[in-house]
Amino acid sequence: MVERRMAPGDDETMDEIHRRLKESEAANLTADPQPPGVWERVQMARHETRPYTLDYIKLVFTDFHELHGDRRFGEDAAIVAGIARYHDEPCVVLGHQKGRTTRTRQQRNFGMPKPEGYRKALRVMKLAEKFNRPIFTFIDTPGAYPGIDAEERGEAEAIAYNLREMAKLRVPVIVTVTGEGGSGGALAIAVGDVVLMLENAIYSVISPEGCASILWRDRAFAEQAAKALKITAEDLLQFGLIDKIVPEPQGGAHTDHEAMARILDKHLSEALASVKGLGEAERVGRRYDKFRAMGEFSER
Amino acid sequence: MAWFRKKEAPKSPDPGEERTVRTEGQFVKCPKCDALLVKGEIEDNLNVCPRCDHHMRIKAADRLAMTFDEGEWEELDSALVSNDPLNFVDTKGYDKRLEEAQKSTGIMDAVIIGEGRIGGHSSIICSMELSFVGGSLGSVVGEKITRAIERAIEKKLALVIFSASGGARMQEGAISLMQMAKISAALARMDEARLPFISVLTDPTTGGVTASYAMLGDLNIAEPGAQIGFAGPRVIEQTIRQKLPEGFQRAEFLLSHGMLDAVVQRKNIREFIIDSLNFMMRNS
Repeated sequence: MVERRMAPGDDETMDEIHRRLKESEAANLTADPQPPGVWERVQMARHETRPYTLDYIKLVFTDFHELHGDRRFGEDAAIVAGIARYHDEPCVVLGHQKGRTTRTRQQRNFGMPKPEGYRKALRVMKLAEKFNRPIFTFIDTPGAYPGIDAEERGEAEAIAYNLREMAKLRVPVIVTVTGEGGSGGALAIAVGDVVLMLENAIYSVISPEGCASILWRDRAFAEQAAKALKITAEDLLQFGLIDKIVPEPQGGAHTDHEAMARILDKHLSEALASVKGLGEAERVGRRYDKFRAMGEFSER
Repeated sequence: MAWFRKKEAPKSPDPGEERTVRTEGQFVKCPKCDALLVKGEIEDNLNVCPRCDHHMRIKAADRLAMTFDEGEWEELDSALVSNDPLNFVDTKGYDKRLEEAQKSTGIMDAVIIGEGRIGGHSSIICSMELSFVGGSLGSVVGEKITRAIERAIEKKLALVIFSASGGARMQEGAISLMQMAKISAALARMDEARLPFISVLTDPTTGGVTASYAMLGDLNIAEPGAQIGFAGPRVIEQTIRQKLPEGFQRAEFLLSHGMLDAVVQRKNIREFIIDSLNFMMRNS
């Protein structure tokens, strides 16, 4: 199971995998022998103690300075962005941010950005481009905020513009889907050279609940919708929509933030190394080709 | 592919408008003001109600005919079909939905691509068909529009997209979502090539279509009264638990919030495009 998910060239993480295999073999004798089902993964992806962007920034990056505001309208705490160092190398890091208490959940708007969040993210990404620094983004949102003010200020335009501009960024862009990859609100900061996805993360065109209420006309069918939508990391990898699955510690990322961060760190290093040496034009060209190839159709 | 067998040639699209209520065959009822209108007259008026100016929804093919010089154009990539990559089944199988949509519309998916001239300018028009699975953006729409953009870049053509869509196609899951990135990346290249792209948003344009190419035109224009937005009105109402203001997400609402260049009457759209292309294109 685990080996099948890994792309070739993952040698440096084999220790982790072997440890995990042993642990899971031991666990199999007593506990749940099955890998988590789709709905369990949905719950894990949304787990309130799952590491969020600021946790990864703290555990994997150093010298982080948060940068605020879109210089157009306001600040949006549902996305955090800033400059930092990754293994000493200056970089930009940004991502969706959820809260864990009632107060911080509200303050972070449950990780649902408004247009100013996306515009801030792009502003900071352009800063990285100007000074030739790599960009790391972390994806964990139920979706862009569906509200009157967000619509008034052009939620759709903000997302669309990011999609177009990210395709052109001349610096390396490494994306990791860490929790919920909620539709356009996720994709708006997820156009990258390498797209990683945590083992128990989900990535979908619509939330299972939203899909159920439209197609089944009843949110109670969310579990069925989750299955039908093919939202797990294995599904996304199979369709060529992500580049690699990042394994999680036994029991899920929420059980051991430090272990998760160590595993992720290895994958981020490898991802950055794989695109850093390329010329700008080649990197941008490969990014284009990657997304260009996405789609399943026949020609009759 | 073997999964889909074409038993007979697809019927040509029904003339006229599907979404209006037909009474005696001779008359149509305006869905907005309920006026009973003579069918021939309303068609002559481009399916705009002469009483209340309601712009009725029209077929993708009619858009092409209305916009190209002499109504002449050559269709591109008409043979692309979705192959139901997820084997998606809700209350009905996606393969069945596709088959029914193909039968009822006479086209293979939710967009028609045409190449021709607009005011003498060599152009490509992508026209979305709302009655095909809600005009949703899936692999085929994504691929056809991307090819259209790449062709426009290669041949230095202008691009016009008429959007009419509920958003990304759920039945193709995240593959649909990625079409937003794919098309937007192609538009980035078109932008760098300094070629014109005029986006025309018609009723309705929502979700992932608005949040990608429909908002990326050099000019973004809309028909009067068109519903345009990211999130659906019901989702917003449920989130904020209050009634939405009058005219919310209508073209005029977006215009007043600075999100559109212009709201243009259907009868003036072709002229608007031609004048814009005269401004944008050299040597033609």
